[in-house]
Amino acid sequence: MNAQLHTTAAWDVAAIRRDFPILQQQVHGKPLVYLDNAASSQRPKAVIDSMAHYYQHDHANVHRGVHTLSQRATDAFEGARETTRRFINARSVKEVVFVRGTTEAINLVAQSFMRPRLKPGDEILISWLEHHANIVPWQLLCEQTGATLKVIPITQSGEIDFAAFESLIGPRTKLLALSHVSNALGTINPVDKFIGVAKRIGVPVLLDGAQAVPHQSVDVQALGCDFYCFSGHKMCGPTGIGVLYGRESLLKSMPPWQGGGDMILSVSFEKTVYNDLPYKFEAGTPHIAGAIGLAAAIDYLSKLGMERIGAYEHELLEYATTQLSTIKGLRLIGTAPHKAAVASFVLDGVHPHDIGTILDMEGIAIRTGHHCAMPVMDYFCIPATARASFAFYNTHQEVDALAAAVRKAQEMFS
Amino acid sequence: MDLKDLYRDVIVDHNKQPRNFGKLKPADAHADGHNPLCGDRLSIYVNMSGDRIGDIKFDGSGCAISVASASLLTEAVRGKTVAEVDALFHKVHDVLTHHDAPVDTDALGKLAALTGVRDFPARVKCASLCWHTLQAALHHDAQAVSTE
Repeated sequence: MNAQLHTTAAWDVAAIRRDFPILQQQVHGKPLVYLDNAASSQRPKAVIDSMAHYYQHDHANVHRGVHTLSQRATDAFEGARETTRRFINARSVKEVVFVRGTTEAINLVAQSFMRPRLKPGDEILISWLEHHANIVPWQLLCEQTGATLKVIPITQSGEIDFAAFESLIGPRTKLLALSHVSNALGTINPVDKFIGVAKRIGVPVLLDGAQAVPHQSVDVQALGCDFYCFSGHKMCGPTGIGVLYGRESLLKSMPPWQGGGDMILSVSFEKTVYNDLPYKFEAGTPHIAGAIGLAAAIDYLSKLGMERIGAYEHELLEYATTQLSTIKGLRLIGTAPHKAAVASFVLDGVHPHDIGTILDMEGIAIRTGHHCAMPVMDYFCIPATARASFAFYNTHQEVDALAAAVRKAQEMFS
Repeated sequence: MDLKDLYRDVIVDHNKQPRNFGKLKPADAHADGHNPLCGDRLSIYVNMSGDRIGDIKFDGSGCAISVASASLLTEAVRGKTVAEVDALFHKVHDVLTHHDAPVDTDALGKLAALTGVRDFPARVKCASLCWHTLQAALHHDAQAVSTE
């Protein structure tokens, strides 16, 4: 960490970039321009070091041994839970369940919370903007229970249609599951408005926060949601670790989702007593190093400041939007007034997949395809988009490189 | 590795002006192919003339590699027997997937333009989608083809 960062108002992006070893490389002879952050961000050395240190000095299984290493590992793991709790302002560490990622968190809620509560004719309400991870678990659940999946339409700018939402939510609705920020388009959904309506009629709310947590401060109590899910690897943390926040009273009422070690207090063939929260939902040896790395990522982001991260990324988005808009034949998909730093676009005469290859040869990494949000593509009648997604370590020069490479792609096919 | 090797003039041309683009109605054989990763979708329609391919068309949407590959395929297989198409399929598959496979330009003809793809492993599926789809059509495999 560069100390200067905290004392000056300016965003010292050069110093920040030095914290990320992976960014110091060339791809196809060009400096790497990493603009695939919505798929997975990169890790600062602090995160990599925290995990290496754990494996080199402190590793043992958690919650088990009386020996020193087991205690150290447990302290580090539970310390990571407290760091995570503070980061999202959960009331208690009992509300912070470590899982593999957002996908597992949503599946856990679907199977443990919703499944016992659903009857044929009940409805789950999602939006057209969702990632497949917030669609498919509910489809599976509907097949299992006879419930119906209802989908709130979106508008041409890529926003969830609030009026349609108000007409779709009702007495049959048993859960509202929405993305906080859209992965394909970057739309920041005004979730508080949606939660307000849901709360008035007693509908629990799950938020998919995978794309929100890396870019803005999230306070689960202020949001008032019942479940909040996010992944470590999109917020400079490790892969394979994520978080399910759940309101304690709801988590308490839910049966375990997987059985095994760590989630029990006592086991006999006649009766097994389940462990307390959050361990009831953490069967088996957890991803200890992942949780430690996640906490290191949270510390890193917190030192930079989520507000400052958001402000800088917004500046990058505005610059990218301006630069890309000057390219004739380029159409931005997703033009909501409130957006995270995601520029999804299509280009006349050049398929996104070809753009991706041409940009790669310029050292620029973007995502091309449907972004695990095929219904969004269908809504805009396009098979795919090219998506540049920015993080706080990206620069204005990288935006320039992106725009230049897109022009080059256009020339190749002209 | 050079982009010009991937996007050779033949590829760019066939992408811009795909040959035999459209449907055949009715068709003796037909199959749909899908590459879920990039969203490429194409359909191939074949009419037989005796034991040879009399007419062939394709439609759908995809990247330059998949469209150009399908366009080149339609030109290459017209008039061939199913056995000859099978042999050609294996030749194409070999040069796409084996880095050091010799390029038999006599047998491949214009299809040799596709060999640049093998330096771009992520794009091999784009070039091979139409070939798998044609195989499905000719061998009456009703299931939609997926390169995943």
